[in-house]
Amino acid sequence: MADIAMQPRTAKRQIREATAWDQLRTNHNWLGFWFMLPAMAFLIFFLAYPLGLGVWISFTDAKIGRPGEFIGTENYEWLWGDSIFWLSVFNTLLYTFIASAIKFGIGLYLALLLNENMPFKAMLRALVLIPFIVPTVLSALAFWWIFDSQFSIISWSLKQMGVITENINFLGDVTWARVCVIFANIWRGVPFVAITLLAGLQTVQPSLYEAATLDGASKWEMFRFITYPLLTPIIAVVMTFSVLFTFTDFQLIWAMTRGGPVNATHLMATLSYQRAIIAGQLGEGAAISSAMIPFLLAAIMVSWFGLQRRKWQQGENND
Amino acid sequence: MSSVQIRDVRKSFGNFEVLHGVSIPIEDGEFVVLVGPSGCGKSTLLRMLAGLENITSGTISIGDRVVNNVQPKERDIAMVFQNYALYPHMTVADNMGFSLKLRGASADEISNGVKRAAEILALTPLLERYPRQLSGGQRQRVAMGRAIVRDPQVFLFDEPLSNLDAKLRVAMRTEIKELHQRLKTTTVYVTHDQIEAMTMADKIVVMHDGIVEQMGTPLELYDTPANQFVAGFIGSPAMNFLKGQVKSNGSAGFEGPNGVKLPLASAPANSEGRPAVYGVRPEHFTIADDGAEAEIVVVEPTGSETQVFAKLGGEQVVAVFRERHQFNPGDKVRLKPDPALVHLFDEQTGKRLNA
Repeated sequence: MADIAMQPRTAKRQIREATAWDQLRTNHNWLGFWFMLPAMAFLIFFLAYPLGLGVWISFTDAKIGRPGEFIGTENYEWLWGDSIFWLSVFNTLLYTFIASAIKFGIGLYLALLLNENMPFKAMLRALVLIPFIVPTVLSALAFWWIFDSQFSIISWSLKQMGVITENINFLGDVTWARVCVIFANIWRGVPFVAITLLAGLQTVQPSLYEAATLDGASKWEMFRFITYPLLTPIIAVVMTFSVLFTFTDFQLIWAMTRGGPVNATHLMATLSYQRAIIAGQLGEGAAISSAMIPFLLAAIMVSWFGLQRRKWQQGENND
Repeated sequence: MSSVQIRDVRKSFGNFEVLHGVSIPIEDGEFVVLVGPSGCGKSTLLRMLAGLENITSGTISIGDRVVNNVQPKERDIAMVFQNYALYPHMTVADNMGFSLKLRGASADEISNGVKRAAEILALTPLLERYPRQLSGGQRQRVAMGRAIVRDPQVFLFDEPLSNLDAKLRVAMRTEIKELHQRLKTTTVYVTHDQIEAMTMADKIVVMHDGIVEQMGTPLELYDTPANQFVAGFIGSPAMNFLKGQVKSNGSAGFEGPNGVKLPLASAPANSEGRPAVYGVRPEHFTIADDGAEAEIVVVEPTGSETQVFAKLGGEQVVAVFRERHQFNPGDKVRLKPDPALVHLFDEQTGKRLNA
């Protein structure tokens, strides 16, 4: 090896000055930019551009087959006086609030349960995921059938047991319809919350619980003073996503009720679709969609502050 | 403060028994170190004492009370964990005051208790910090503070120093011992490090494979190990063992490997020709004209002493000298064990043969 290194190099290449292009290619700051470029292109074409276009269309009177002209805030003014739009806002908030709260409750409970040592733990954990794996439209169709006015298995069972004499009009009654879609959303959303919180629970060191046991903590006190505070960062993430998914829900509603009865289950997303695509009023539909932005931003702000590293998370972790 | 009695305690995980009947009396205020290689059951025993593991059979009592079925929080013990187990979302003060808070103590009581413990451990300036903002040694002290605040009958330490670097470990060792001298609380301390055991303990319990090999003061264990395991485990560098047989020839003696003649102060009765293991600590070798010839292999000076690895009768032995000999690898020296300090063990059972 040494004698190879000793051999004189025969044709030494000319050293040339680095050009600006060379610097762009090798400078680490630029290199980072190059690596980011593909991802950025994706985000710009598939997220930023459609979002911008949607906002722009909401300021025009575009219809299907007609580009439309800029009409300022006319679409928004029109929506301001539209009671159906306000009903959809109310529905969306109700749907999001109730479904998210219950999903959190059940999800946390399931996560705590699945974190215990029990037989068939792995299988149970897999089972919990099933509602999440089934395509939304499929599960929505199943729920549609379960809540059918004539063939509902719930009505049939209750009749057999003699609890009721007539079928319950699940999707035809305002209150029932809301309860049903919220139920379906909860069924579908719980696994995400449960599994993510379970992952969070498993990062808590078992010795903390042992220390708490010796400190005299009961099961409830361990949850209240150890588990819950340690879980708050992950709860913030999970609930942000859960709220965003629920707020923008479309598939379940559209497959089960199409917003009916009398718009009682119309969410902003389904109303927007109905106005823009079914009725062809692109501008108006886009305005409804754009009206969701402030709500979503508010949700994101809440989580952003919730997600900030807490004081106890700062500093190195060398244990 | 109280005494602790461990009587014929067994522990099985399923069909697998890890503790085979362990009895240890611990006196009030005593500092007892359970020491042994990993897997010997020492940590399990400590966790049983804490109430974190069930007792399969036998009894453990703290004071006059059998605690087999007593909840951990009712046992009036405090434990320091190997990884400290500090609550990461609580400040040092909250960590230390947590048990008082759960007990329903008033805010004044909690802050006084925390303040007292913080002063003992010089933690006062750190009370508002979070565990992540502390160094390893500071976390260790907070973990001890959390134990002190509770003013328990018994302190339990589960390998508390093994996550610290060597220098800090020595410092904390002294600190823990000093703390015990000040508080005089009964302490059970688990470690795999025999130096920790030797330096800190009033009483050492050497455990191996789920049984107690020997119990005694550090110097008893060092001077008269009951068997070959304890002899090899206690002391650093470890004791040298040479196989051979007792050969008296008038005066007591031992014939080591390849016929090496080694001195014995007195042979046990009826032991002529008996196969045995001859044990001699590295520091009990001297250079003497009537010693056995050995060839030096490696010389390791540490400053205060010199460790010499040599071949004696074909077996590698280590000798430690405080005086500075000029040795070089390959040199022939005559090593002579001090006959009064030699240990003799049964070859089969490993039991000590000489008095």
